Amino acid sequence: MYSIPPTALLPLPEPKPSYLPMVDGLLRAGFPSPADEFATRQLDLIELLIKHPLATFYWQVSGKSMQDAGIWHGDILVVDRAVRPAHKSIVVAEVDGEFTVKFLHKRGSEIKLLAANPLFEEITFQEGQQVVICGVVTSCIKRFK
Amino acid sequence: MYALIDGNNFYASCETIWNPKLRGRPVVVASNNDGCAIARSDEAKTLGIKMGQPLFEIRKLFPKAGVVVLSANFTLYGTMSDRMMAIAAPFGTKSEPYSIDELFVDVAGVPGNMTARGHRMRRRIEQWIGLPTGIGIGPTKTLAKLANHVAKSAYRKPGSYPIEFAQVCDLAALPASDFESVLEATDLGEIWGVGRRIGAQLQAAGLKTALDVARLDAATVRRRWSVVLERTVRELQGQSCIAFEDAPPAKKEIACTRSFGHPVMELAPLVEAVSEFAGRAAEKLRKQGGRAGQVLTFIHTSPFRTEDKQYSRSVTMPMRHPTADTGLIAQSAIRGLQAIYRPGFKFAKAGVMLLDIQDGNVEQGELDLDEPEPDRSELMTVMDRLNMRYGRGTLKLASAGTAGMDRQWEMRQANKTQGYTTSWAELPTARA
Repeated sequence: MYSIPPTALLPLPEPKPSYLPMVDGLLRAGFPSPADEFATRQLDLIELLIKHPLATFYWQVSGKSMQDAGIWHGDILVVDRAVRPAHKSIVVAEVDGEFTVKFLHKRGSEIKLLAANPLFEEITFQEGQQVVICGVVTSCIKRFK
Repeated sequence: MYALIDGNNFYASCETIWNPKLRGRPVVVASNNDGCAIARSDEAKTLGIKMGQPLFEIRKLFPKAGVVVLSANFTLYGTMSDRMMAIAAPFGTKSEPYSIDELFVDVAGVPGNMTARGHRMRRRIEQWIGLPTGIGIGPTKTLAKLANHVAKSAYRKPGSYPIEFAQVCDLAALPASDFESVLEATDLGEIWGVGRRIGAQLQAAGLKTALDVARLDAATVRRRWSVVLERTVRELQGQSCIAFEDAPPAKKEIACTRSFGHPVMELAPLVEAVSEFAGRAAEKLRKQGGRAGQVLTFIHTSPFRTEDKQYSRSVTMPMRHPTADTGLIAQSAIRGLQAIYRPGFKFAKAGVMLLDIQDGNVEQGELDLDEPEPDRSELMTVMDRLNMRYGRGTLKLASAGTAGMDRQWEMRQANKTQGYTTSWAELPTARA
C-alpha cells in the first residue's frame, strides 16, 4: 500500500524567523552551483515593517481626517511604542476615552494633535492635562484584495 | 541575587491598555463563568471590592460606583504576559516566569545601581506595552518577593514604607538597620511561603512581623514546624535555598475541569463536555511528551444551590496501555461518565484528570497477545498543529459537539473584550 504520512499534507508551521535560507545545504553531484557563493535569505516584510517586535501593535483606522497623509479609512496601522514621539510624528493617542491617529505637534511645552486636513479641528490640551501617546505610527498597511 | 518583576493589577491593566475609557474607573475582571472578582484596578480596590468577592454582591454593594465588570480574556492576558516576560528577561542573566504576571530574574553579577536599573526597566515595560509594574530585588527569592511587596505598598499606601521604595525596592542595597526596619514593618502573613495556616500558628507562638520570623533559629523551626518553613526562615536571613528551575518539572497529573454556564441534566451534553475536557487534557499531556495510565472523570451538582438535590461522583478508569491518544482517553472518560451519571440532577461541574503520567520515551515491555492498538501519534501531532495554527477547537472529536457557544455547558462570559492582539478582525480602532 502506498501511503503519505498525514503530516506531509499539512502546511508547515510558520518558521521563526519567517525567512528561509535561499540555498540549502544539500549535497549535489557535478559542478557546484554558482549561487552557493551568494547564499542569503529571502526578503521578509516583517523585518521591513517592524523594528521592535515586542513593542509593536496594530490599530485599524476609522475616519478620513488623515487621508491627506496617506492614511485611509480601514487601513491597518503599525504602531511602535518603543520609538520616542517627536514633533510631526504620526501618533496614536488617547483622547476622551478613545484612540485617535493624528500628527503630533510639539513645540516647547505646547502639545497639539493635528489632522492631515485643516478642515478638521485640532485637538488641544489644557495646562497640566496629561496626554497619553500610545505609540508612533511607523507604517500603514493598505490591502486592495 | 534575584529580582521579582510583576505587573500591577495585571488583568485589569491589560484591559485598560486596550480600552482608554476604563482609565480612572473601578474595573473588576471576573472568573470563568463570571462568578467572582479575580482582578481589580486600583480604583476598585479603593472602593473596597475584595479579591474573590462574588459579582452579585459587588453589584448589590456598589450600584452607583460605575463599576465595570469584564469577563476574563485570558487570550489577551497571555499575549501581554509573553511580551512582559520577554522585555523583562534581559534585566539579568536568567529568568523564570513564576505566574502569568510575575517572573524571577537572576541578577547576580549585574553591575551598577540596581534601583536605577529597576526604574529604567519599569519605564521600558510601561512604554513598550503600557503595563505598570513593580520590581523587588533581594539576595534570595523570598526576599525579592518581599521587596516587591514593599515596592507596591510604598507606592499605593503612602506611609506603609518609606516613599523611596515606591515601585522599585532593592533590599540588598540597604544598611542592616534599614533592612530590619523594613522586615519589622511587614506583617508575617506577607512572607512568600507562609500560608494562612502556618501564619496563624506563628502568630499563636507570639510572632507578628517578618523580622520576628527572620530571627527564628532555623534548626528549631525544622524541628517544630517543617523543612519548608526552615527554608523560608533561611531565605529571610539571606541564605538562598530556592534555586532557579531550568525547566518546569513535568506535571504528575493534568486536569481540565470547568463549571458550566448553565446547569446540565441530560447525559448527551455531559458527554460533549467530558469529550472536550479529555481532548484539552490530552493535548497538554502530549505537550509535555507524557502518557497517561489512568483517566479520572467526575461530575457534581452545585453545593451553593442548597435547594437542589446533591450528587457528586468520580471514577478512575485504567488505560489498556499508557497513552496520549485523544480518542482513547476520551473513550475512557465517556465510559467513566456513563458509569457515574444519574438522571434527575442539575449538574454544575465536570472534569477529566489524567493520572499515572509517565514519560513517553519509557515503555514497559510486555507479552501482548491482544491485537495491538493502532499508533495514531502522527494523527495527534496533526491535530495539535492544526489547532495551534488555526485556533483551538479547529479539529476535535465529534463527541465534543459542534454547536460552538450554543453548547449549554459552555462557559458564561457575558462581557469579554475582543482579541486586540490576536485577531485581525478585532483590532482596536484609531479614529482619524
